[in-house]
Amino acid sequence: MLADDLRGMFYIALKDLRAYYFKPPNISWGMLFPFAFVLAFAIRNPGDLQGLVPGLLALTILFGTSSMEAIVIVFERRIGSLERLLLAPIRLPALLMGKLLGGMAFGLTVTLVVLAIALAVFGVGDVNWPLLVLTLLLSAAAFSAMGAFVSVAVKEVFEAQTLANFIRFPMILLGGVFIPVASLPLGLRIVARLLPLTYAVEALRAALTGGTLLGATLDLVVLTLFSAVVFALATRMLAHHF
Amino acid sequence: MCFEGNFICLNLEMGENTAIHVSQLTKVYPTGPGRPPLRAVDGISFDVRHGEVFGFLGPNGAGKTTTIRMLTGLVRPTAGSARVLGFDLATDVTRIKKRVGVVPEASNLYDELSAFDNLVFAMQLYGVPRTQRAARAGELLARFRLADRRDTLFAKLSRGMKRALTIAAALVHRPPLIFLDEPTTGLDVMSARNLREMIADLRREGATIFLTTHYLEEAERLCDRIAIIVKGHIVALDTVDGLKTSVQGQTVVEVTLSGGEGSVETVRFDGDDVATTVQAALAQATADGRRVLAVNTLRPTLEDVFVQLTGLSAEVMLAEKGGKGSSWLVGQGAEPKEQANAGR
Repeated sequence: MLADDLRGMFYIALKDLRAYYFKPPNISWGMLFPFAFVLAFAIRNPGDLQGLVPGLLALTILFGTSSMEAIVIVFERRIGSLERLLLAPIRLPALLMGKLLGGMAFGLTVTLVVLAIALAVFGVGDVNWPLLVLTLLLSAAAFSAMGAFVSVAVKEVFEAQTLANFIRFPMILLGGVFIPVASLPLGLRIVARLLPLTYAVEALRAALTGGTLLGATLDLVVLTLFSAVVFALATRMLAHHF
Repeated sequence: MCFEGNFICLNLEMGENTAIHVSQLTKVYPTGPGRPPLRAVDGISFDVRHGEVFGFLGPNGAGKTTTIRMLTGLVRPTAGSARVLGFDLATDVTRIKKRVGVVPEASNLYDELSAFDNLVFAMQLYGVPRTQRAARAGELLARFRLADRRDTLFAKLSRGMKRALTIAAALVHRPPLIFLDEPTTGLDVMSARNLREMIADLRREGATIFLTTHYLEEAERLCDRIAIIVKGHIVALDTVDGLKTSVQGQTVVEVTLSGGEGSVETVRFDGDDVATTVQAALAQATADGRRVLAVNTLRPTLEDVFVQLTGLSAEVMLAEKGGKGSSWLVGQGAEPKEQANAGR
């Protein structure tokens, strides 16, 4: 049964990547949108461009993983093809994990392209590679789970887009991408601490500036817990639909 | 017992001849505050034998699709139990899923994948060995007359081709039990005929088929036994001949009449016995000033059975699915049922 689940996860992810993710508009959206955000901020506040790289990477993962992930499940539910997966001999968590892996793989791919450009421009410097890889993986898992949760929580594709943006945009503003969390008023600091993007940005900043794995432990734990809880909620909600 | 190929084996703890055993299966859906819950399926019990085509006939909302969804693990029954291919639905649903093929009412493969890739993806999900996938996909495409559409995206196929490919996708793992939910709904005449031939072929090869349909002729032609379900209850279950025998008290007389200007018209009458019904028919023809060209007494059809048991006409049922009406309507007593061939 475990073998069936693992095989199902792998092929569902592969199918989603082929059918939905690796399409030109999706790739350009995944990379251009974060660049546009950062460029707008940099033009308004020229200065520490290198300091914006962790935020740029975090935004890329956020949009790369969650944009399509938030749509895929509700889309397949609407057209009935999700039933094909539910009829297959795999368990529901494995089905959802396959969906998550598709989002993660795409998000990580576009993020690696952006990372390569950033490193080419600013130099490798003090990068802590193990921490960077771990942070990218956990961030992708967290945001992909968030996208899946959005997708199973709604009935229509446009609702998924609306809900995803409702969650993502406050995160962009408060998650430390452009404005350091420490400089926010106390109330907003508390809100920022509830957002997974805050921890992703912090861990990425640590990874790119020679921080240690130990120093980023809290960030990594929070991202892991967030992924697990949101994944469990999404699985439960999907089961409730059938 | 193993089916063709070598990776599907059955659990034969239950009767050797029973593919599906259903006992008091019930599905209740909540309908909102202050409203009574909907009993979509209400304590149905039946057995499906290995190798037969079992028809599940009923109007919209009767509980046909809900029954299939329960038996294939898509929805959890509220009460009752079922064993499918020897496996308990409550505890072994993954094993059941591995051994059944399901063709849902909608052709729901992936628009973005080609015909070939859709079949390969289905095989990947069902664990068909990698070395067999390409050959099996080619074999199914040929069988369903889609070989020349191998690389065509599913979105670009005609409705009949989509239906055929959806059926093919349900067969990739050579399941010994196949659920077909309204397989020919919405198809043109030729596509529907082709699909019926394919279903008959599957049966000849030994597969057990659980078929829901709105089309009475289709059920009559394909099914060994038929269950008629109305409002969540099975109201009859028998062979086609057995069902017809159950309404043999009814007489149907078909009278061919000359109409005006050389036209010919066939009118059906039903009644309690032949003599009375023929007399009533002749009296009506005389009253209308028309000449009787022929009189035939007819055996009850499956449609007669259906109408008597459900109170619904075949046309009403077909209209629910947007299909064309049957050739005649049914009235009560010695009433004309339908006028066919008028003005010919």
